[in-house]
Amino acid sequence: MKQLLMALLLLVDLNMFATSRVDSLIRSAALQGAIVVCLVALSSVGGLSSVELAFLLVTGLVKAVCLPMVMFKALRSVGIRRELEPMIGYRKSLFVGLFAVGLSLWISVKLPMPPGVDDPMGLSVALLSMMAGMFLVVSRKKAISQAVGYLVMENGIYFMGPAVAVHHPLVVEAGVLLDLFVGVFVMGVIILHIRREFNHIDVDRLSELKD
Amino acid sequence: MDRLFALVAVAVALVAAPFLKTVINRTKAAVAGRQGPPLLLPYRSLVRLMSKGAVYGSQTTWIFRAGPVVSLVSTMGALCLVPFAGRPALVHFEGDILLMAYLMGVGRFFTVFAAMDTGSSFEGMGADREAFFSALTEPSLLLGVAGLGAITGSLSLSGIYGKLGGSAFLGSNLPALIFILAAFVIVYLVENSRIPVDDPTTHLELTMIHEVMVLDHCGIDLAFIEYGGALKLWTMGLLVSGLVFPGGTGSLWLDVLLSLCCLMGFQVVVGLVESSSARLKMGRVPLLLAVAFVMSTLWIMWVVR
Repeated sequence: MKQLLMALLLLVDLNMFATSRVDSLIRSAALQGAIVVCLVALSSVGGLSSVELAFLLVTGLVKAVCLPMVMFKALRSVGIRRELEPMIGYRKSLFVGLFAVGLSLWISVKLPMPPGVDDPMGLSVALLSMMAGMFLVVSRKKAISQAVGYLVMENGIYFMGPAVAVHHPLVVEAGVLLDLFVGVFVMGVIILHIRREFNHIDVDRLSELKD
Repeated sequence: MDRLFALVAVAVALVAAPFLKTVINRTKAAVAGRQGPPLLLPYRSLVRLMSKGAVYGSQTTWIFRAGPVVSLVSTMGALCLVPFAGRPALVHFEGDILLMAYLMGVGRFFTVFAAMDTGSSFEGMGADREAFFSALTEPSLLLGVAGLGAITGSLSLSGIYGKLGGSAFLGSNLPALIFILAAFVIVYLVENSRIPVDDPTTHLELTMIHEVMVLDHCGIDLAFIEYGGALKLWTMGLLVSGLVFPGGTGSLWLDVLLSLCCLMGFQVVVGLVESSSARLKMGRVPLLLAVAFVMSTLWIMWVVR
């Protein structure tokens, strides 16, 4: 079951590398959030306490429902459907994604593992999610895609904990999640305001701003 | 005993292959709410074409005449190498994967060559597209089969598909089945010129790929090409459906029955894909093939990690 979810997560990550539609990007991020939360639930050693379970549920709700909804709302109000001219084309992005899979596998095999972690696949999928997020932030021009990139990166970090740590890492994750929630929320508001002022949300055109 | 079984399997394939087209067409008709063509239409059209002579243009050479024959014979050769129901194929040896891939390649090469031999610019265009797309599928197919070879420790199709029924495919390799299935289905759709890539029923030359190459063939030559296409459908279909049900239930009859069901079920899936998707723009097809390649690479990364 865990392996299957990891394979799905891999596919979702790759989809994010290659998709040209912003709504499918957000949907992938939501799916990724759901998968990551399920994986964290599955990988906890020795069952979940009721507090942890509640915490996971809230995390899942935020990652898979709230944040995507905020983003869809932003998407609707700025009225874009696809990223028309990314800095790196979609076919190239796909192969960058493939390269990232290879790199993350290589790293996860090379890294010394704490005892009790025998499957390097979890670490490599987490690394891949972080790379996917980073790639989205660097290579896409629309601010929404970049915000999705941050969310994806956070999902990777979130899954990284349970993939390598053996003890309860959930408390640490809470802080990360809160940061990102605030970050994305602020970003959504900012995107709306930028759009209202300048009628577009291309970040590279923002650098031409003068006072 | 195995040899006898393989012989019967090949004979069944030779007889039943055109029926796969009926399954696909009936599925498409059912989805569209139409009645669909008669069950034996592919056979009837084969008989009708067989009873006609062939006409050859004065510009063509022996290559044009050899094209359909070579492509049919090479597909038959490939059919003899592919195992059925997890039992060994008629011919098998270590490395017959490559022979299968390149027998298909020889068939395609001669079809392309024959199309070029006519000197028609339309056929040249089709030949160009077919050669381009099928060259891009080859890495996906070979990488996928190589990954199968890695987990079963065999480089022969019979060895691979025979051992898949055991425990080799279970456990941590099971999720990766999604990857290789996706890759093989895309390869299947491209190699057999099915819808997201090529529309076998289109009559608009500018968008045709495979059909435009065989425009100048008629009568018995066209029958050979159609029949070869049906055999290819069967051969490649066994490669895909063998992954879903590799056999190994212990009973020969059950294996055969389930394998046949799996093969037919896969054609139904193809029919559903065809009726639910439009064909891609020509420029988008390489992206689809890139996806197939990425899937195969993921699969091989997953199994050898």
